[in-house]
Amino acid sequence: MSVDAPARTLNVALVGNPNTGKSTLFHALSGVRQKTGNYPGVTVEKKHGSFTYQGQKVTLIDLPGTYSLAPRSPDEMVTVDVLLGRQANEAKPNAVLVIVDASNLERNLYIVSQVKELGLPMIVALNMVDIAQEKGISIDGAKLQERLEIPVVPTQANRRGGMDRLRETIVSLSGQESIEPQSPFPEEFREKVAQLNAKLQAQTPDAPRYLAERLLLDTSGYLETELLHGGHELHNWIVETRNQLAEIGQPVPAIEAISRYQWVQQSLDGIVTRETSRKVSWSDRFDQILTDKIAGTIFFILVMSLMFMAVFSNYSAGIFMGLIEDGFELLANGVNAVLPDGALKSLLTDGVIAGVGGVLVFLPQICILFFFIAILEDCGYLARAAYLMDKLFSKVGLSGKSFIPLLSSFACAIPGIMAARVIENRRDRLITILVAPLMSCSARMPVYVLLTGAFIPDEALLGFFPLQVLVMLSMYLLGILAAVGVAFILRKTILPGETPPFVMELPTYKLPSITGVFWVVVEKGWAFVKRAGTLIFAMTVIIWALSYFPRNESGVEAPFADEIAQLKQQRTGADEQQAEQIDNRLAEIQNEIDGELLRNSFLGMAGHWIEPVVKPLGWDWKIGSAAIASFPAREVIISTMGVLYNLGGEEDEESESLKDTIKNAKWHQSEENVFNIPVALSIMVFFALCAQCAATLAVIKRETNSWRWPIFTFSYMTVLAYLGALVTYQVSAFFLLS
Amino acid sequence: MLKLSELVVGEQGVIASIDCSSVAATRLMEMGMTPGCQVKLVGTAPFGDPLEIEIRGYRLSLRRSEADLVKLES
Repeated sequence: MSVDAPARTLNVALVGNPNTGKSTLFHALSGVRQKTGNYPGVTVEKKHGSFTYQGQKVTLIDLPGTYSLAPRSPDEMVTVDVLLGRQANEAKPNAVLVIVDASNLERNLYIVSQVKELGLPMIVALNMVDIAQEKGISIDGAKLQERLEIPVVPTQANRRGGMDRLRETIVSLSGQESIEPQSPFPEEFREKVAQLNAKLQAQTPDAPRYLAERLLLDTSGYLETELLHGGHELHNWIVETRNQLAEIGQPVPAIEAISRYQWVQQSLDGIVTRETSRKVSWSDRFDQILTDKIAGTIFFILVMSLMFMAVFSNYSAGIFMGLIEDGFELLANGVNAVLPDGALKSLLTDGVIAGVGGVLVFLPQICILFFFIAILEDCGYLARAAYLMDKLFSKVGLSGKSFIPLLSSFACAIPGIMAARVIENRRDRLITILVAPLMSCSARMPVYVLLTGAFIPDEALLGFFPLQVLVMLSMYLLGILAAVGVAFILRKTILPGETPPFVMELPTYKLPSITGVFWVVVEKGWAFVKRAGTLIFAMTVIIWALSYFPRNESGVEAPFADEIAQLKQQRTGADEQQAEQIDNRLAEIQNEIDGELLRNSFLGMAGHWIEPVVKPLGWDWKIGSAAIASFPAREVIISTMGVLYNLGGEEDEESESLKDTIKNAKWHQSEENVFNIPVALSIMVFFALCAQCAATLAVIKRETNSWRWPIFTFSYMTVLAYLGALVTYQVSAFFLLS
Repeated sequence: MLKLSELVVGEQGVIASIDCSSVAATRLMEMGMTPGCQVKLVGTAPFGDPLEIEIRGYRLSLRRSEADLVKLES
C-alpha cells in the first residue's frame, strides 16, 4: 500500500448462526458508533458500525443471524443480496466475517461452506471458546485455519477477548479483492450449475454463479419467480436437470446438506477432540429440570410472574414512571407560566406535552420488560419458553415462537410487534402482529382503574375474591381470548396455508452478557421514544386542533362575563376565606367555559354526530367524543373526559372528583345518570378490544410494509370493540337495570 | 422402519433417510440431520410435543409431525 494513497473504507459483512454471540461481537468491535435502520421493502434490520484500526477505517454491516444462505423469502434474499453486492444503497462487502460457535462447530461450519462459494475474502471468528472448553471440546485453531484456507481467530466476544487480533486480521484483508470460490458439491452437480449459470447470464447478465446454484437447489419456487420472472424455458430445463441429478443419486435439495456436512466432517477430522465420555455439562442438567413436564412448567410460571411483577410494580417501573410524569408536569407548568393564554400555550401543554408525555410514561415498563427478555434470551431460556408453549400455540395455528411477541405486548404492543421478527414464517409473523394489539397493554390500565374504581362495588365474590380485581382480570382475559379467536379465524380465512415447520435450536445455557443486555434495552427503548416523538406527536397535534377549533371564545364567555367581572371586583376587598370561595367559583366557571369550547369544537361536533351510533352502547356523545379523541393513544380518554365534564384537563385515573362527577353525570335535559355499571363495563370492553393507538398502527405499517395491514387491524378491532361493547351493555343492562 | 418420532426418551438412533417432499425436510437437513448422523431423543415438552433431540453435539426441538419425516436405521 502506497503511503500517500487515501485509505479506502473496508466494508465487512457479519454473518453467522443465531446464538453465536454475533451481536455481542458486533458491539465489541464497533463500540457505540452504530446506526440501525431497515431495508426498504422488507423487515430485515440493517445495523452499521465502524472502527478504525491502524489508520484503516472499517465499516461493519451486521446481517440477521441465519443457519443457511438459502433464500426462500424476500427477507432471506436481502442477506444474500447484500453479500453479492446486489442490494441497492449498500456497498458490496470487501470481506465477510463469519462468526461460529466453537462449542457447536459441526453445524456452524455449514454456513462457512456457503460463504466460501461467494468468492469473497473471509475470516472465521471462532467464538465462545470458553464454552467449548467447559464442554470438554478442544480445537486446534491453527490446523483449522490451514484446512479451511481462511484466517481463523479465536474470540470471546462477551469478554472482548481476541478483539485486537480480529481487528488486525480484518485490516490485513485490505486490498485483497476475492478468493477462489470453493464448492463441496460433486463434479456432476457443479457441471449442471455451470450450464445453468451460462443460461442465466444470457438472460440476466449480472446474476452471479452463486444464484445459479441456488436456483437449481431451491425447490420452493421462490428464486424462480424472483430471478426468472416466469420464464418457462429455463424452468423446464431446471426441472429436467433435477430429475437427471436424482437419477444419479444426487437428489435436490438433499444433496446440499449431504455435500456440505461431508465437507465439514472432513475439515474437522482430527482437529476437534472431545473427551471420550461426553461430560454431562451443567447446561444439560439445567435443561433436564427446565424442560421437565412439571418442574419446567412451574419454573416457567414463576419466571413469567416475576417478570410481570417487575413490569407493573410500583417499586420498579412505578418509581420511574412517577419521575417522568413529574418531569412532564414541571415542563407543562413551566410553559404555562411563561406563555400567555392562547392557541400556542394550549397546543404545547394540552397537545404536545400531554400527548407525548402520556406515551413516554410507559418507557420504564418497556425498558424493564426488555431487560428481562434480553437476559432470558441471552442465557438461552427464551427458546425453552417457546418450546414449552408450542403445543398450546399450535392449537390456534401459531407456533411457540409467537409467545414472546405476544408476551411483550402486555407492556406495549410496539415492542411486541417488533419482537415478532424472530418468527421466520411470514404468515405466522403476520398473524402474530395482527393479534398483538389485543393483549391488554399498560395504556389500558388507567381506563380500567378509573372505571372499576368508580363503578364496581368494593366487595368480594364468594367472600374472598375482590370483585374489582376480578373485573380487571377479565379484561386481560378478554383480550387473550379475542386474540386466540382472531388468530384461529385468520388462519382459516384470509391467511390460510400449511403449518410452518417448528425446527428450533435450544442453545446451551450461558451467563448473559451485561453489555449485550444493555444494548438491547437501549435499542428497543430508543425505537419506542422515536415513535412517540414523531407519530404520536403528529397525531396529538391533529386531535388537539380538532378539539381547539373553531374557537368562539367571546361567544362562550359572554353569559359568564357579568359574573366574572363581579367576582373579580369582590375579590379585591375579600378576606382569605371569601377569596378562596371566589377562586373556586372562578375555576368552576373556567372549566365550564373550557367544556363549552370543547363541546363546540370539531371534536364536539363529531361526538354529537356519532351519538346515534354509540347510544346502543349506553354512551352519551361526550364518551363518544372522548373515544374519538383517544385515537392517538387510549389513555387520552381520561383527560378528555375530564375536560368534557368540566373538570379541567388535569385528571388522572385516581382523581376523586372525576370519579364523583362521572358518577353524577346526567343525560341531556333529564335526571337519568349517564354512567352505571353496564356503561362502565361497555367502555372497558371497548377499550380492551379497540385499536386506539396510532403508534401501534404505524409500527404495523412499518413491519408489514403495507398500509393494508394497519387498516385491516384498525377495522377489525374497531368492529370487534363495538360489538363487544354492544353485547356487554345490552346483556348487563338487561340483568342489572331491569 | 423406525421413525425418529417413535424413539423413547433417552434412546439413540442413526438417521437412515429423510422424506424430502416436505419443506421442513430441507430445514432439518440444514440443521445437520443428514443420513448416517446419530440422534438422541432427550425429552418432550409438557403436552408431549414438540420433541427435544440431540444431534451433532447440540440440542434441537422439532414437532412430532416433522420427526415423522426422519427414518432411522434399524
